[in-house]
Amino acid sequence: MSEMSKSLLEMQNVSKEYNGNPVLKDVNFSLNAGEVLGLVGENGAGKSTLMNILFGMDVIHQTGGYGGKVLIDGQEVKFASPLDALKAGIGMVHQEFSLLPGFTAAENILLNREPENKSVLSLVFGDRANTIDRKDLQKQAIAAITKLGVQLDPDMLVSEMPVGHKQFTEISREISKSAIRLLVLDEPTAVLTEKEAEMLLKAIRNLADQGISVIFITHRLQEILDVCNKVVVMRDGRIIKELEAADTSIAEMAKLMVGREVSTDKPKQDHDERKISDKIVLSVNNLWVDMPGETVRDVNLEVRDGEILGIGGLAGQGKLGIPNGIMGLFPAGGKVTLNGSEIPLNNPRACLDSSLAFVSEDRRGVGLLLDESLEWNIAFPAMQIQNKFLKNYLGGLIKWRDQAAIKEVTEKYISQLQIKCTSSTQKAKELSGGNQQKICLAKAFALEPKLLFVSEPTRGIDIGAKALVLQALREYNRKNGVTIVMISSELEELRQICDRIAIITDGAVSGILPADRPSEDFGMLMVGKTKKEAM
Amino acid sequence: MRKEITSKDVRKFLSNNIVPIIFIVLCAVCIPVAGYTGQYLVDQIITRIVRNSFLVLSLLIPIMAGMGLNFGMTLGAMAGQIGLIFVTSWNIVSIPGLLLAAIIATPIAVVLGWFCGSMLNKAKGREMITSYMISFFMNGVYQLVVLYGMGPVIPLSNSRVILPRGYGVRNTIDLLSVRKSIDNFWAIRLFTDENGTGGITIPVLTFILIIALCLVIVWFRKTKIGQDMRAVGQDMEVAREAGIKVERTRILAIIISTVFAAYGMIIYLSNMGTLNTYNSHSQIGMFSIAALLVGGASVSKASIKNVFLGIILFHLMFILTPQAGRNLIGQAQIGEFFRVFVSYGVITLSLVLYEIRTRREKAESARNLALGQKQEEKA
Repeated sequence: MSEMSKSLLEMQNVSKEYNGNPVLKDVNFSLNAGEVLGLVGENGAGKSTLMNILFGMDVIHQTGGYGGKVLIDGQEVKFASPLDALKAGIGMVHQEFSLLPGFTAAENILLNREPENKSVLSLVFGDRANTIDRKDLQKQAIAAITKLGVQLDPDMLVSEMPVGHKQFTEISREISKSAIRLLVLDEPTAVLTEKEAEMLLKAIRNLADQGISVIFITHRLQEILDVCNKVVVMRDGRIIKELEAADTSIAEMAKLMVGREVSTDKPKQDHDERKISDKIVLSVNNLWVDMPGETVRDVNLEVRDGEILGIGGLAGQGKLGIPNGIMGLFPAGGKVTLNGSEIPLNNPRACLDSSLAFVSEDRRGVGLLLDESLEWNIAFPAMQIQNKFLKNYLGGLIKWRDQAAIKEVTEKYISQLQIKCTSSTQKAKELSGGNQQKICLAKAFALEPKLLFVSEPTRGIDIGAKALVLQALREYNRKNGVTIVMISSELEELRQICDRIAIITDGAVSGILPADRPSEDFGMLMVGKTKKEAM
Repeated sequence: MRKEITSKDVRKFLSNNIVPIIFIVLCAVCIPVAGYTGQYLVDQIITRIVRNSFLVLSLLIPIMAGMGLNFGMTLGAMAGQIGLIFVTSWNIVSIPGLLLAAIIATPIAVVLGWFCGSMLNKAKGREMITSYMISFFMNGVYQLVVLYGMGPVIPLSNSRVILPRGYGVRNTIDLLSVRKSIDNFWAIRLFTDENGTGGITIPVLTFILIIALCLVIVWFRKTKIGQDMRAVGQDMEVAREAGIKVERTRILAIIISTVFAAYGMIIYLSNMGTLNTYNSHSQIGMFSIAALLVGGASVSKASIKNVFLGIILFHLMFILTPQAGRNLIGQAQIGEFFRVFVSYGVITLSLVLYEIRTRREKAESARNLALGQKQEEKA
């Protein structure tokens, strides 16, 4: 029993389903005071859902609650809101900073909990007319920073801070809340430089030594070994294994993370033993892209003529930033060469003019004109960019749409891609997600590009439609010899249709492997280890 | 340790202060052309500061709360005018009259401010255009009340205020009973000639009021509510997460601004001495905002310094241009023309510059990212 009373947090048989889809099954673990628990797993393994349950987030209550028990100090708790969790001494630092840029570190740390001085005027106007006690504010902020054990100037404006200091500010804010006992850090090192990450890990140990427990979610497995007492590996909503950090290795964790039951099988690919020429179509050198949440730091990549290149990696590592940066949708820099001629960056029109096309992951926002007909959606870019489907009069002074040609091409793609619709004049918004995605593809195909970027083509569409979309891409590649670069978070899907797969970690390519390599190899790359280092 | 001033710093300073610099240059050109004496100019500027600073100061708090330029201050001006109409009709004179006008105007301004603030909460991110349109809309309501309501519904009968037909308020109301009563309560006159005319007049009590309001604003920034407003102004979502009541805070900012605008309008009109029932309020919003922007403020940042610099430059311009126009081309109307043209021009320029600056900052952060990348590579 004494063992029991020591554990600060315990989860018993916790399960959760969204609309009948189980996302968490039978989760059991416990955490003692002053312990650091590493939580690892691929995207969608159920880590966030688990934390949402712990914090009593609205999204859990709105979808029918959860099964099993959460115990704190041996007592069952059911938090109605994150505020309740806070009262019980649980704090969380999210991946996105929630800091005010024009406030100093100290002001941010004690935001809305500022120490106040009463004055005569507060008798008239109420408590909000209290003045803020700057000295005490400073003192409390410094106390929190010291507790964390990092270097941080309390008077520095957040807007002038390096990313690492922002992270420290955020953590200090959680610590400054009285009675903090358990701190959840969601990928705190993802945005940090190596040195900053080192400092943070030290700070985590520091907190643990002061009796504060930490749940540390990360994709960098080395950090788990460095700082955690134990590790919980999750996959497909289950805890696959609980390990002592001292007796495990990166290889073991990586294997547990990605290793599916089917992983030993060869991916189901009709590798038609085709030869890919060595000719380089597109080469990318030192690309950086400032896309929020998907920052690309330094990508070097070569795409061969006629291949399908997959780009994979965990969310937030920068894989989505690559096509968005090259196509000029986000500020970017570096050098991109297509067939020997350089493509100017930050200029979407120039990219389209040089026969690149892009199917965006944001199909409703960027990809489609939702209120327009399918004909318009498919023909519009080609009309705009390449003057297709236009009839010229008066030597090109007057251009009229060639409605017949537009209808013809739309119907061609509708039958080719098996788009389910009532007619070619139906509005795009009336279609299902999968069919909308096919319209996006048709739109890009109508441009007849030499190289096509496809970003997350199967996101949010059902399995049947997925297969059709992938099939369409493969056929387009085989028949027309168009080079395709496909970005996807689903490794298995990439392995099905790609020739080679590049894995992006921390905004750079961590490795490129042929698609028929076992998925553990890709898993190793995803967690930021080249094969050699991990051994 | 002296910091090296590079050409980049100079360019940055110029581009950040382009509006005040243009005005300083224009004024410097106009002063010799107009040919006024220094004494006259100083006296005129003091008058303008007395008249306008309360109004312009009322704009500061919504800017702090991230709601941009409060075109809705017109609502406060209406409230102030209604207060003045009442006291003139009841024949209450001098300072007690102005005090009563302020007391009447306060609840009206609070209600109007609350209405405007609630509307703006429904149009987050488009506060300026919304508050501008609200001021037009409320102008209609104001006209309805003043033109048809006063007399039959709201019992007012004084023939100095009400039209001869028995209802509706006159086009212009003479405010002789309260004219300059604050200014003359304690005025110091300097450099007067033998007849006791000319020279510079300093209305001490009005200045005390203005300084008091400045102190209130400084104090306000240090309070909890002021801190909350700054937080809300920077990022509503972050503030909300920290438990700050965002909507309430924003409504409060507009209410405070509207009430100050009402007081400002009372001071302004008592200095002028006449009330243009149907026009005064609609112009005052535009001119106050233009003055603030001329002082170097932007949509997101404004200080007390901007208020006074702005009033001095903006009004100096209008004192000078009619005379300069007459001396140059024999036309004095050019001054009035200039006034309107410049106000709208300045507001447009500031809005555009604000956008450009935001975009440039974004580009700069992207460049820094690239730079950091290069440094890391070197290391």
